[in-house]
Amino acid sequence: MSPAALAEILVSALIVIGGSFALIGSWGLVRLPSLMERLHGPTKASTLGLGAILGASVLWFHLTQGVWTTHELLVSVFLFLTAPISANMIAKVHLHRLRQREPSEPPGPAGAPAAPPGGADWANHEAPHEGTPGDFVGD
Amino acid sequence: MIARLLPHPGLSVLLVVMWMVMVGEVSFGALLLGIVVGILVPRFTAPWWPGRPRVRFLPALAYAAIVVRDIILANLEVAAIILFKRTRDLRPAWLAIPLELAGPEAITVFAGTISLTPGTVSADVSACGRYLLVHALHAPDPAAEIAKVKARYEARLKEIFRD
Repeated sequence: MSPAALAEILVSALIVIGGSFALIGSWGLVRLPSLMERLHGPTKASTLGLGAILGASVLWFHLTQGVWTTHELLVSVFLFLTAPISANMIAKVHLHRLRQREPSEPPGPAGAPAAPPGGADWANHEAPHEGTPGDFVGD
Repeated sequence: MIARLLPHPGLSVLLVVMWMVMVGEVSFGALLLGIVVGILVPRFTAPWWPGRPRVRFLPALAYAAIVVRDIILANLEVAAIILFKRTRDLRPAWLAIPLELAGPEAITVFAGTISLTPGTVSADVSACGRYLLVHALHAPDPAAEIAKVKARYEARLKEIFRD
């Protein structure tokens, strides 16, 4: 087998693996029972999918043109930075709407979260206490 | 003097490296422009980031390696749950994780790690800053899940962000 054919097989395999994980992540969106469970699919299962596809891209440019591309590295870094934040934002909106008892926002199998021990509420429902990281009064 | 010119030296170095990676070639011009970005951006954003956390570099590198490994395992685990676990066998739960970390940067990294790793998404922090609200996709034993996350990530972050 020629090196070029081997390279194509390797790159194809990575793309197929990546595509499968992206598909599983999307299937998770369809089949999991409620919003909070559905959030797990895109934050995780698609990360590896994208990682494999980016790996295929790096490998392809290296094997066909002999250069190491670095942009894929940046894409994955930005993905790792933004995925938790968007998941967090969606979760916070969900918590807010749960507390408002919006009819279109049913609680999932885990129910609504209990207040944390110690008297304070979650920061979604109560202003940050003085001296905590979220307190910007003194700045 | 140095503190005025470079309010966040680590951020400056990171910006230069990111700039070089983005340009994708090693040249004098790119490096020069990268250094300009690395000096100007931290200066203009300094008013919104008053504190400066001290980060230990080597433990942070080891932590990144552990997290990347866990992200790959997390993907396999969540994929298995999506494909094979029946909905009625799924045990989603809310976890209130007591925080020993105090710095906003440390808590942010902790929450981000939780979102990227096995079956957990961080949702909120308590108003007193001492609890993290986390949703677990499948946690039959919430107490064990909390202990695992604290031992695996928070203990290491305490080393990295130690003052």
